Amino acid sequence: MSDLIKKVTALLNDKTINAFIGYEKGSADRIRATFIRNEDQAQKLILNASCTQNLAGYLLKHEVKKLGKLGILANVAALRSIMQLASEFQIKDGEVYVLFANADGSLTEFTDFKSIEAFLETTDTGIKSEEQEMIAKLEAMTVNERWLFWNKEFEKCIKCYACRAACPMCYCHRCTTDVNQPQWIPVASHELGNLDYHLMRAMHLAGRCVNCGECATACPMDIPLNLLTYQLISPIKATFGATAGMKADAVYALSTYKPDDKENFII
Amino acid sequence: MQEFEPKIVAFVCNWCTYAGADLTGTSRIKYSANVKIIRFPCTGRIDFMILMKAFENGADGIIVSGCHPNDCHYSTGNFHARRRWIVFRNLLNFSGIDTERIQFSWVSAAEGFKWADVVNNTVKKIREIGPYENYNKIAVSTLFKEEGATNE
Repeated sequence: MSDLIKKVTALLNDKTINAFIGYEKGSADRIRATFIRNEDQAQKLILNASCTQNLAGYLLKHEVKKLGKLGILANVAALRSIMQLASEFQIKDGEVYVLFANADGSLTEFTDFKSIEAFLETTDTGIKSEEQEMIAKLEAMTVNERWLFWNKEFEKCIKCYACRAACPMCYCHRCTTDVNQPQWIPVASHELGNLDYHLMRAMHLAGRCVNCGECATACPMDIPLNLLTYQLISPIKATFGATAGMKADAVYALSTYKPDDKENFII
Repeated sequence: MQEFEPKIVAFVCNWCTYAGADLTGTSRIKYSANVKIIRFPCTGRIDFMILMKAFENGADGIIVSGCHPNDCHYSTGNFHARRRWIVFRNLLNFSGIDTERIQFSWVSAAEGFKWADVVNNTVKKIREIGPYENYNKIAVSTLFKEEGATNE
C-alpha cells in the first residue's frame, strides 16, 4: 500500500477531511481526477509521472464543495492556483488540506497558506522553455503575421468551452460568454465570436493566470491558447511588479493602481 | 479615385473629454467629421469588450480619451483605466490587432484645441494606413451574409 493511500485513509478516518481529490486510472492509459470519500475508494489512488493535471480547478465546483472539508493532491501549479484563489477570497486559510507530491514520490503536507508561500518562494514557477520560445517567435513576427497565425488557430475553435472548464481561475457563476443581454460574444463558432471569446478570456485572466497550461491541455483542437495569457505575465510583472499565485494576500494588479504608473502611448 | 474616409469611434468620458469636445465646437474650431463620439460616465467604464465591438462593427480606428491623471471626477477611474489599457494593448499587439488604430489620450474640459488635434491626427494616420481589412473580413456584417440578412 502506497504512502498516499495510507495517508489519505488516515485523514479520512480521523475526520480531518471528508473528501480527497486525487488521480485514478481512467480509460485506456489515461489518468483522471477522482474524489475519494472512504477507505475503499482510497485504494484507487495512484501517483506517477503522468499525474500532471492541476486539480485545484475542482476546489470551487459546487458538486465537490458540498462533500465537506477537502483534501487535495497538488503539484506546483495547483499550489499557485490555491494561493491565487485565496487572494481572491475564494478559499480561507486552513480550509483545504494540501498534500504536495515531491519529485521523488514523497509527500509534503501543507495545512496553512504561510507554509505554501514559503515553499513557492524557493520553487521554480516559470514558464516552460518551449513555451517561452514560441512566445518569442510570435513576438518577432509582424502584426499581420500574428493576426494570420491566430486567425488560423481560432478558426479551429469549436466553442466547447473546455478551456474555461479546466481553468482553476474561471469560476464565475455567469461568464461573459453566457450573457445574451447584451450578446457580448456571438455564440456561433464563427471567427468573430472565436476571437472575441479568446481575447475576453485572456483579458479576464491577465495578471491572474498561474501558467498551469490546463486550458491548452484541455483543448480538443490543440489551440495553444495558454500563450495568450502567458505572454501577459512578464509585462505585468515588469510594469506593476505583480505575479499571480505567489501570496495569499496579494492584490490583483488590475484592481489597484499607482498614480505614477508608467506608459508611453497616451498623448 | 475618391479619398478613403475612415470611420473613427471615440469613447470619451463625460467630465473632461466630452466637455472638451463641446468646447471645441463652441470655440468654432473645425475638426474632421469622421469621428463618432460616444459619451461614457468615466474612462473606468470603458470596458475592453466595448472597444472590440467598435472594430467588429466596422470601425477603422478608435479614440479613447478621458481626464488627465489626478483629475478624475471619481478620483481613481482613469488610474484603473490606464492599467487596463496597458495590459489590453499588450494583448492586442500579441494577438495581431494593429494597436496603431487605437489612440489613447487625456483631454481636459479646457483643451478644445487639443481635442481637435487628436481627432485630426488620428484621422490622418488612419487614412494613411487604410481601411481595417483584416478585421472587416470577420466583422459582424459577415455573420449574416450567407442568409442574405442585413446587419442591424
